[in-house]
Amino acid sequence: MFDKDTLAVIYVGLMALTVLLYAILDGYDLGVGMLMPLNDDKQADIMIASIGPFWDANETWLVMAIGLLLIAFPEAHSIVFKALYIPTLVLLISLILRGIAFDFRAKAVFTHKPLWNKAFKFGSLFASLSQGYMLGQFIVGFDQSAIGIGFSLLSAVGVAIAYTLIGAAWLVMKCEGELQMRSIKWFHKAIFISGLGVLAVSVVNPLANAAVFDRWLSSPIFWSLPILCAVCFGIALFEINKMITRKSIDANDDQRCWTPFVLTTIIFILCFGGIGLSFFPYIVPGTLTIWEAVAAPQSLNFLLWGAMIVIPTIILYTIYSYKVFWGKVSPLQYY
Amino acid sequence: MLETLMLSRMQFAANISFHILFPTITIALSWFLVYFKIRFNISNDPIWMRMYRFWVKIFALTFAIGVVTGVTMSFQFGTNWPKFMETVGNIAGPLLGYEVLTAFFLEASFLGIMLFGIKRVPPFVHTMATFIVAFGTTLSAFWILALNSWMQTPQGFEMIDGVAYPTDWFAIIFNPSFPYRLTHMLVASGLTASFLIAGISAYRLLKGDNKRAPYKALKISLSAAMILTVTQVYVGDLHGLNTLEHQPQKIAAMEGVWDTKEGVPLLLFAVVDEENRQNHFEIAVPNLASLILTHDVNGEIKGLNEFKGNHPPVAPLFYAFRIMVGLGFLMLTVSWVSRIILARKKELPRWLLRVLVVMTFSGWVATLAGWYVTEIGRQPWLVTGVLTVKDAATDIASGNVLFSLIAYLIIYVLVMWAYLHTLLTMAKRAIEIEEIDDSQDEYYGPHKIAPKQSNEV
Repeated sequence: MFDKDTLAVIYVGLMALTVLLYAILDGYDLGVGMLMPLNDDKQADIMIASIGPFWDANETWLVMAIGLLLIAFPEAHSIVFKALYIPTLVLLISLILRGIAFDFRAKAVFTHKPLWNKAFKFGSLFASLSQGYMLGQFIVGFDQSAIGIGFSLLSAVGVAIAYTLIGAAWLVMKCEGELQMRSIKWFHKAIFISGLGVLAVSVVNPLANAAVFDRWLSSPIFWSLPILCAVCFGIALFEINKMITRKSIDANDDQRCWTPFVLTTIIFILCFGGIGLSFFPYIVPGTLTIWEAVAAPQSLNFLLWGAMIVIPTIILYTIYSYKVFWGKVSPLQYY
Repeated sequence: MLETLMLSRMQFAANISFHILFPTITIALSWFLVYFKIRFNISNDPIWMRMYRFWVKIFALTFAIGVVTGVTMSFQFGTNWPKFMETVGNIAGPLLGYEVLTAFFLEASFLGIMLFGIKRVPPFVHTMATFIVAFGTTLSAFWILALNSWMQTPQGFEMIDGVAYPTDWFAIIFNPSFPYRLTHMLVASGLTASFLIAGISAYRLLKGDNKRAPYKALKISLSAAMILTVTQVYVGDLHGLNTLEHQPQKIAAMEGVWDTKEGVPLLLFAVVDEENRQNHFEIAVPNLASLILTHDVNGEIKGLNEFKGNHPPVAPLFYAFRIMVGLGFLMLTVSWVSRIILARKKELPRWLLRVLVVMTFSGWVATLAGWYVTEIGRQPWLVTGVLTVKDAATDIASGNVLFSLIAYLIIYVLVMWAYLHTLLTMAKRAIEIEEIDDSQDEYYGPHKIAPKQSNEV
């Protein structure tokens, strides 16, 4: 069995994996929600259909991430969510609104549909903004001064744009025709803004935080991240420019429709890695390390046995579910 | 501080009460769907597919609300009850963790295939997906009730410096009240789903829907209710005996017994006066409480005065218990009478259909009343003998908690209104449309091409 210190590292690793998977998976469906046009019901239906079979499972990664924090680092869970009480409330209310809107928009009285569409769109928007705000607050160590809040607000917008980016990439991959063309344009716009955002954070974060600065210069693992990230942005820009200029989309032309999504996913992984490595081993930046916060080893070992069997299984059947719904989206039907 | 405590309690009660309504339906409704699907596979009679299709939509809607209202819970522990996890997190944590790992992902991932995948996977896989979702929801009940029961009757741990450490996981999971509480809840879920199906089917019949599907659904749900009500009487009795053994103060409050005595009467009704520690206007059946609880007409039951200062508030338990039991016996009567008339005359009189419509959500009321009995009955403890509710509360400003409580209540009213409204709309729509003449359109195997249908989600 593992000792306390090893368990702290294992669990923070599991948590990082979970948060990353959440950001990618729920990221694209929140992004699709934010992009949903309110004036084109047919496109809205296709967009919803593209995320229909997945959003429930995507959101479960959030429950898992919060659960892992609660289980493995209970003290950190209370510090973090007591400090973020109101943003958490905004997140939860938005997620509730969005989740129910997803079902109600199709099942309720027809005249209510535009209302539920709005609830879905703005629920997605505020869920993304609040997550970004929480990330910003976490990075500045829950600093409530004007600068801290200003940074967090910027971070809120940044995360919303990042989710829009991956949402647009998802749609480029899953849709055809007019909606795909529209998604290509969305992606094109979003990649410029996200590129600038990532650049700004990469410059500001080490400058504002001396420890982070030293760490970034200390090893090639760190300074290779921004370079790789820049390369991905470059390729994504190149791919999308090629798509945006093409006149007609036939099957042969569309064979590289997956590239924006894959590249965005890699960018997500790199950015997430950058943030994670900047703060390790702190679970609450500047206050609490994973070794100080970790729960009792006998409990974590008990859960780990299950996790080692179950997590690979979850990943396997998640892959299976994506395979079942592989390819371009078709209208959702219950039968 | 007290204000924050009270508001936190109200918020937690609001969150968990609202949340539990939806899993209570889906846990059992998913098994009804498995049954419909298997019957369809065996008989190829399209009526089973029609029932599956109608109820799977209601399932999807209910499940979605269950998921999103459940997400709230995982944040609450840290924000409003920080000391809970700091004290017993080593035990509560893994149980919650196993729930997420084994149950949530199972249900959420296979839900996609269950709802939208019937044309994309072989029939066997789709039936399997439906089964896995049902299994997942039940497993989720298993873990959360293990934790809840452990909080009621904790064992298998030791306290070191005020923190609980696990010593025996088997003892923790299978703590004394767990098997009873789990069975009681699963049967309650079965009853809630049965009466929901019966109520909505009765509504369709009342509105002149003369198709076979609602009639058949009514018959099946009433049969289920017949068996489950009787089962629940038996299980409830066992659960009561178990509570008497481990939490006698809870039983004393439920029965409104102030002084320890032998041959205790069963109070059908009374007005509880906590201030003067007595009851008024009692309507009682002599010796019955002793008979039920000790299986002896002269059995002794410990009164509340033995637990002075250390027992739950009496009135809420006393009344909630009567609501639960009263509804339980009403459900028993209605299901037996309806099912027997249905068997004899092949149809139900309109008044009885109306009764069933009125009782559509009777399962919800009974379930909530039951939960209030068991949870308020745990007071003043959060974890019996280990941690009081007061000590676990947060120190967040009460204004924030008030704000969040109001926000939740507003959204809950909105969601509930939309849910009921939508159920009604779906029932009405089913009356007007649906009914495809024969089997050809009912089921599309993987090799057949589906005709275009509406984009309904």
